[in-house]
Amino acid sequence: MSEKTAITLNINDRDYSIKTEPRRTLVDAIREDCGQTGTHIGCEHGICGACTVIVNGEPVRSCLMFAVQADGARIRTVEGLAQGDKLHPMQQAFMDHHGLQCGFCTPGFLMLAVSVLEREPNIGDDDLIDVLSSNLCRCTGYQNIIKAVRAAAKEMRKR
Amino acid sequence: MPVKGKFVGRSVPRLEDRPLLTGQGRFAGDISFPGQWHMRIVRSPVAHGRLKSIDAKAALTFPGVHAIWTHADIADIPPIGFRLTGLVELEAYRQTALAQRYVRYVGEPVAAVFATDPYIAEDAADLVEINIAPLPVILDAAGQPGPFDEHHDTETSVIEKKSGDIDAAFRVAETVVALDLAIGRHSGVPMETRGAIARYDEANDVLEMHGAAKVPHWNRDRLALMLGRHPDKVQLYEGHVGGGFGIRGEMYPEDVLVCAAALKFRKPIKWIEDRREHLIAANHSRQQRHRIRAAIDKHGRILGIDDEFFHDNGAYMRTHAATVPDLAAAMLPGPYRIPAYRARAHIRLTNKTPCGTYRSPGRYESTFVRERLIDAIAAKTGIDAIEIRRRNLIDKSAMPYSLGFSTLGTDIVYDSGDYAKLMDRLLEAADWQNMREALARRRAAGEKVGAGFAMFVEKSGLGPYDKVRVEVSPGGTVEVITGVASIGQGVETAMAQICAETLGVDYTRINVVHGQTDRIDKGMGAFASRVTVMCGEATRMASVKLRDAMLGAAAELMQTSPDLLDIVGDEIVRTGGPGTTMKLAALATARPDAMTAEGEFKSSHMVYPYGAHVVQLKLDTETGAVAIERYLVAFDIGKAVNPMLVEGQIIGGLAQGLGGALFEEFTYTDGGDPLAVTFADYLMPTSREVPAVETFLSEDAPSPLNTYGFKGAGEGGITPVGAAIASAIDDALQRPGAVTQLPVTPWRVKALLRTR
Repeated sequence: MSEKTAITLNINDRDYSIKTEPRRTLVDAIREDCGQTGTHIGCEHGICGACTVIVNGEPVRSCLMFAVQADGARIRTVEGLAQGDKLHPMQQAFMDHHGLQCGFCTPGFLMLAVSVLEREPNIGDDDLIDVLSSNLCRCTGYQNIIKAVRAAAKEMRKR
Repeated sequence: MPVKGKFVGRSVPRLEDRPLLTGQGRFAGDISFPGQWHMRIVRSPVAHGRLKSIDAKAALTFPGVHAIWTHADIADIPPIGFRLTGLVELEAYRQTALAQRYVRYVGEPVAAVFATDPYIAEDAADLVEINIAPLPVILDAAGQPGPFDEHHDTETSVIEKKSGDIDAAFRVAETVVALDLAIGRHSGVPMETRGAIARYDEANDVLEMHGAAKVPHWNRDRLALMLGRHPDKVQLYEGHVGGGFGIRGEMYPEDVLVCAAALKFRKPIKWIEDRREHLIAANHSRQQRHRIRAAIDKHGRILGIDDEFFHDNGAYMRTHAATVPDLAAAMLPGPYRIPAYRARAHIRLTNKTPCGTYRSPGRYESTFVRERLIDAIAAKTGIDAIEIRRRNLIDKSAMPYSLGFSTLGTDIVYDSGDYAKLMDRLLEAADWQNMREALARRRAAGEKVGAGFAMFVEKSGLGPYDKVRVEVSPGGTVEVITGVASIGQGVETAMAQICAETLGVDYTRINVVHGQTDRIDKGMGAFASRVTVMCGEATRMASVKLRDAMLGAAAELMQTSPDLLDIVGDEIVRTGGPGTTMKLAALATARPDAMTAEGEFKSSHMVYPYGAHVVQLKLDTETGAVAIERYLVAFDIGKAVNPMLVEGQIIGGLAQGLGGALFEEFTYTDGGDPLAVTFADYLMPTSREVPAVETFLSEDAPSPLNTYGFKGAGEGGITPVGAAIASAIDDALQRPGAVTQLPVTPWRVKALLRTR
C-alpha cells in the first residue's frame, strides 16, 4: 500500500515529478504534492465537481482519478486560466455577473465551463444548463453562473 | 435620508473576487504547517448505546500513528457551552468533545487518531475497535420522551411565548381551523466541509487556530476558558470560508480536539472533514412537528393562534441551545395582527445528529406553518387567500409594532414596514389574476399546474454591539478592522462601500480585515443577518470620526479650515478654490495620531425586513417531479448597500429553500442509521432545478434604528419558499391543505396524486 511510484504531472505547462502511492487521488496530488491548492475538494465521491480540472482537454473530477492515471497527462487547473494580471474571459464574466459568493465551488465551475466551451463554442442554452448541472454551488442559486458562462461564451467566440 | 450615494446603493464589483477566481483563496484545507499531524475522528457506528470499551492497540502500532485519544485523555475539558439562548435546564445535555459513557447518534466522535498523513490516520481509525452495548433508539421527537441518562429525559425543556387571552379568543371564535404539519430535517451543507488547524506558538505561548469562521471572538474566548488559558494566549484566524449558512463556524468537538492536541503534543494538528462526516456530524436543522389552531371571526379575521410544537434537536444541545425553537415560536406571527397568541415548544432530543441554526432558523419552519394556516383559513371560510391576508396584515400606521414577547434577548418590535404595499406590488408584477386564470385553463386541459403565494417578516441586525476601527497606514492604505466574519456574503465589499461613502476614498483602496482575533479586541461575528446593519453602522461611525480627525490635522498643516477641505481619492483637496493638495500618505506620515478612529454601534433591538414570494409550478404526473415555471420575490431591504449582492443573497437563499421544500432530507432507518450520507442520497438543487428568479427590491421601509436604514439581506430569499411551494402544489392538485409535510419529494407528490 505504501509503495510509491514515480510519476510526472504536467500542470499548467509545468512538470511536477512526484512519488505517490497508487491509491492517491489526483486532487490530493495536485494540492498536496504539487502545491496547487486552487483545485478544491468538496465531496470526494464525484458529485459536486469542485475538483474539476481539465486532463488532456477533457473535464475530469480529480477526486475520482488516481494520480498515477494522470502520469504524463496535460492537466489544466484554475491557476493556469489568467494570463498574468489579465483574467480569462470566464473569470472576468464571473466577476462581472456576480457568479460567485464564497468562491469554493468556483474553480470547478470555471474549469468545467472553459473545457466545454473550448470543445463546443456554440453550445445551445439548454445543453449548457445541462452541463452546468453537473456541478454543485450552494451560494449563488446558479442564475449568475449561467449568466456569466453565457457572457463568456460570447467573448470566447470572438477570440 | 437614503439617497444613492457615490458608493452606497451601487452594484459595484466585489473586492473578494480576484483571489477566488484565480485559485489563490486560502480555505482551511489550503493551510498547512511544517511537521503537522493529521487528525481523524473515529465515530460511533451505533445510534444509541453504552460505551463499554475502546481498543486502540492495533491502531496504535500502525506505522505513522502518533497517538490515539479517547474521552479519558480529555476528561478535564468541560462540555461545549451555549452561545445563544442558553437555558440553564439545557446544560445537562451538552456534548463533550469525545463520547464519555454513552453514544447517542451515528457519527458521534468517540476517539481521535493523530498520524503523519491523512491517509494513514484514516486507515488507523478503521482499526480502532469500539465496543458498544446498544440501547433503544428514539427517533420521533413528537412521541414519548425516553431516558437521556440516569437523571434526565429527552424532553429538555418546554418554552412558551404568549400574548393576549388565547382561551377567550377560542371561546368567541366563529370558526376554528386546526392543522398538523411537519418540516423535514435538512441543513446548510456548505460546499467546503469543516476544517481546523491548530498550532502552538511556543515562542510567544500562543495557541492559534486557523480555519475559524462566523464567530471567531466568541470561540476564542470559549476555547481559552475550556483549555485554561488567558484569552490573549489563544488567537483565531479566519481565512476564506466556503459557505456558512448558520452551521459553519460554531464551536464543534473537532475544534476543541485540534486545539487540545496542539497544546499537548506541541505539533500543528490539521483536521479536514470529509463529506460523509459532514453529513452526519455537522449541525442538522429544521425538523419540527406543529399542531396549530386558529380562532377566526366570521370575516376571516384572526382572533388567536395556538401552536404546540415538537422540536427535534438531535442527540445533544449544541452552541445554539434553544435558539431555533425560540425563534420559531417568536416569529410565527409574521406580518399578521394576532390579538391572542400562544406557542409552546417542546425541545426534544433524539438519536440523530445534533442540530443548530440554518439560514432563517425557526422562520423557514414557522413561516411554512403560518402560511399553511392562512391558506387553510381561506379554504374554510371560502374567502380568497389573498383577501384573507389583506384583512389580517399589520397596517403601516401601526409601526413600530410590538408582539409583546422577546427572542434572542430582544423585545420583538417590528421597526417599520408597509406589508400591504409590498404584497400589491408583487401581485401586480406577477399579474396574479391573469396568472391564476391561465393556470385554471391549463388545468382544465389536464395539466397539474398551480400558483402559490406566501408572505413573511424576517429579522436581522442582532446586537448588542459591533466595533470597527478604521486606520490609514503611513503608505496611505485604508484598513477597516472588524470583529465580524466573512462567509462568502460580500462583507469586505459592503463595508468598503460604507467606509468609502463617508471617508471619500475609493472603495477599491479599502482593505477590510475580519475574523482575526489579534487585530481587534472584540467582535460579534457573522450570523442573524447582522453584519450590514451592525458592522455597517459602526463602520460609518468610525469613518465619520476618522474623516473629522484627518481633515482637522490636514487643516493645520495646510493652514486652512477643515470645512474648506475634502477627501477625494487618495488626497486631501481644497473645496474653497484652487491651491495645494495633500496626499493621504503624506498626511499619515506627518500626523499618524490623526489616522485612526473607532466606532462602536450598540443596539438592543433587531430590525425587520419583510417580503413575499410567488411561485408557479407544474407537477409531473409520471415522475412526481415538481418543475418551477416562474418564481418572483419581493423584498424590502430598508436600504441596499449593494443591490447586486442583495439579489445574490436572495437567489442563493431561494435555491436552498427549494432544496428544503422539494429534495433535501436527512432520513434514518428505524435503528437510527443515517441514510443521507453522500451527495447521491442528500439531493441539493442544481442549475436544472433552480429557475430564473424575478426579484423586486424595495426600500419603502428604511429602519429608523440606524443611520442609513439598513436591514439584513441574508435570509429573505429562503424564509417562505417551503410555504409558497406547498401552496402552489395544493393549487395544482386543487386540494387545499394537501401538503402537510416538507420536503415534498417526488414520491410524496406521487402519493398526493394517487390519493384523489
